[in-house]
Amino acid sequence: MTTAFTPTPSGAHVRAVHDPFHGDLLEISMGPHHPSTHGVFRMMVTLDGENVVKLKPVFGYLHRNHEKLGENTSYLGSMPYTDRLDYFCSMTNNWAYALAVEKLAGQPVPERAEYLRVILAELTRLLNHTCLAGFLLQDTGASGTPLMYAFREREKILDLFEALSGSRMMCNYQRFGGCRIDATPAWLAAVRGIVDGYGAFLDEYEELITGNEILLARTQNVGVLSPALAVSAGITGPMLRAAGVDYDLRKVDGYGLYPRFDFRVPLGAHGDTYDRYMVRMLEMRESIGILRQALAAIPDGPIMDPKAKIRGFRPKPGEAYGRIEGPKGEIGFYLISDGTPNPYRYRVRPPSLINLTVLEDLCLGHTLADAVIILGSIDIVLGEVDR
Amino acid sequence: MIMPDAARPETPAPSPVPAPGPSDAERDELRRHGILLTSIHELANWGRSHSVWPLQFGLACCAIEMIAASMARFDIARFGSEVFRPSPRQADLLIVSGTVTKKMAPQVIRLWNQMPEPKYCIAMGACAISGGPFKQGYNVLKGIDRFIPVDVYIPGCPPRPEALLHGLMELQDQIRAGRTAASRPTVKAAQASGDYPVPDFGPEDLEPPANPAIWQPPALVRPDKP
Amino acid sequence: METPEQIQARLAARFPAAAVTLVPNPAPAGMAALLVDAAHARQIAFFLREDPELKLDYCSNATGIDWPEKEIVETTRSTLADPAGGPPRTIEQKTKRIQPGYLEVVYHLYSMARKHGPVILRVRTGNRTDQVTLPSLTPVWRSCEFQEREIYDLFGITFEGHPDLRRLLMWDEFTGHPMRKDYVEPDDYEWEPTPHEEVLEKAKRHYAAPEKEGTP
Repeated sequence: MTTAFTPTPSGAHVRAVHDPFHGDLLEISMGPHHPSTHGVFRMMVTLDGENVVKLKPVFGYLHRNHEKLGENTSYLGSMPYTDRLDYFCSMTNNWAYALAVEKLAGQPVPERAEYLRVILAELTRLLNHTCLAGFLLQDTGASGTPLMYAFREREKILDLFEALSGSRMMCNYQRFGGCRIDATPAWLAAVRGIVDGYGAFLDEYEELITGNEILLARTQNVGVLSPALAVSAGITGPMLRAAGVDYDLRKVDGYGLYPRFDFRVPLGAHGDTYDRYMVRMLEMRESIGILRQALAAIPDGPIMDPKAKIRGFRPKPGEAYGRIEGPKGEIGFYLISDGTPNPYRYRVRPPSLINLTVLEDLCLGHTLADAVIILGSIDIVLGEVDR
Repeated sequence: MIMPDAARPETPAPSPVPAPGPSDAERDELRRHGILLTSIHELANWGRSHSVWPLQFGLACCAIEMIAASMARFDIARFGSEVFRPSPRQADLLIVSGTVTKKMAPQVIRLWNQMPEPKYCIAMGACAISGGPFKQGYNVLKGIDRFIPVDVYIPGCPPRPEALLHGLMELQDQIRAGRTAASRPTVKAAQASGDYPVPDFGPEDLEPPANPAIWQPPALVRPDKP
Repeated sequence: METPEQIQARLAARFPAAAVTLVPNPAPAGMAALLVDAAHARQIAFFLREDPELKLDYCSNATGIDWPEKEIVETTRSTLADPAGGPPRTIEQKTKRIQPGYLEVVYHLYSMARKHGPVILRVRTGNRTDQVTLPSLTPVWRSCEFQEREIYDLFGITFEGHPDLRRLLMWDEFTGHPMRKDYVEPDDYEWEPTPHEEVLEKAKRHYAAPEKEGTP
């Protein structure tokens, strides 16, 4: 190329560049304000006609210094910040952080709290995948209706979270060694009601959408991810399993109580956008199964380990890396303690950011409109990408 | 009956100011009888207040609650604001929904400059108001009102959709009363020189870190001795 | 999976010139990390990925850590017999030692093929100022691409052999490395109603105390 790739620091722009191989190209800055980039995400796209020949993501428009703040506050003080990482999935973020601290301090968790964590994590998975399906359809051009359906279901689950934790989105619910508030029998009954009705919603949604010809035409064979690249690029979550790699931390690590539950791990065969969509739909069905088993077996008992220390918590020097299977992929926390009330190093392993590593590989050769769908199927949340 | 002059009580001299228009109560009374009293300004403001088109622009967590407000349960369409426009050229209202980082701030101000008059701004959530929980960070702008005038502040982290609707209704009241931020003298003076200045990226911070024409840091006498 | 000690022994046999040491982790669930020297880091990484026993094909997490220069005070006690025949005296001697600062990169490696892990790999720089170049492991694991860019941005470690080393999160004109422990953030402080601890310090710095009354 005669014009070297230089990301301009400010503002959207469109400019013509000349390439001896492709001829006249167009360089477009998509974002950070763009209706289809799921937040303040920016892509520098170089187009040959309508096809993508180069795509460089630009990050940092929502970099909120999460890690620096985590090192300047106490262990417990970081818990509310984890809610704001991936703001669709505050419960799983809480769990990943609590798990890392529990590993660091050798803190056991009572059984009822583990059951509650599983229930909340699977509800979060339902919530996240439902919203993803809505946004993905929005990106394909079905504006409004699928998202309306998704948010209708989301409100039901948010009502449950609000009844339990007092907050719709930012639950701040888990603690080191248990949970904050016990669930009442009425709450569990409400969860049962919603879980029982969720299958019908999925049936309705799939009947409307999954077999739709336009969806098939837009998503099949678009953005194919090979298993070898997926493993090397550290892709995790539904995106990895859509590429056919069987790696689900709920099975591999068996954290929490997941070994007790009977569920299957859906795998894709092609690794394209349609598989990424379908894997999530199937995962939701499995989540409903896990929720049914957990709701049937949840025991009575304490929700907090009596020896757990909440205030003035100072773990002994050492380090720990705790990771769980979040709805978007492996969310991990790496903590180093030096014996003071604040962590010496507080690191978040963001699944969304690392899943974006392959965005350019997936988009090359496709049209710009397909790049939007591919980005939608990766399922990013900017709070976690930029932290 | 005509009273003789001597019997008439003392009345004050008529004042030179024109008589005030009918009060709200009198207007309501007239409206009940089918008579609508208004002026062009009032009519225009009334129309504007019921068709505030927001910019489809999400920054962070609050944007999700903004989307939720536009969905079936909360239904922002009841207030005439369901038309989220992707282009700033077609929008009236900038909802700053989430944390404005220093890297993002020039873009937000540029969007604001691109919006046509009359335009309104809602700072939604603690981050947009003051930096919120992320205030102590190196890359977080401590309040969007450092650069653009804000009409309504909605506290919360994030505010519930009902709070956004309440904020929108407050904005409608302000529009109807002609009391929006753009009518403030400081803002008018700042705007007379053209667009709102867009800061540059400096080696450490934005340059300038605030627009001194519309924002001044709060004065404090003795922080160390309460 | 092999223990870190076994891996260390195998690495020492395979790469005799490389310095591979174990960094213990005293936490309950702790697992020792392998500290490798920068010159051999990439060779060792390739070996760990390709070795049929380990097959660590997945680098989950790469992160930087800043260890600034630290003053360590060591106290040594010696007992001296009193020549006059009294009880022996104890003399405490304090010696100050400066532990040089360095930057460190930590990689958490797992195996998706064999479903085990983690193996923790650490690489250290020479100091915090001029010897901050480390070999990039992006050619080994593609997942390091953005994470190493982030470390370059926030910690200031330069990765040799990285395909596209630019700032990831901050803007290009930015000069500092915010995640270092001695980073001073720009003074855009705004008064808070209840300042305490660090915030109070910032408030004092920002709003200098007024001059004493009576001074002209």
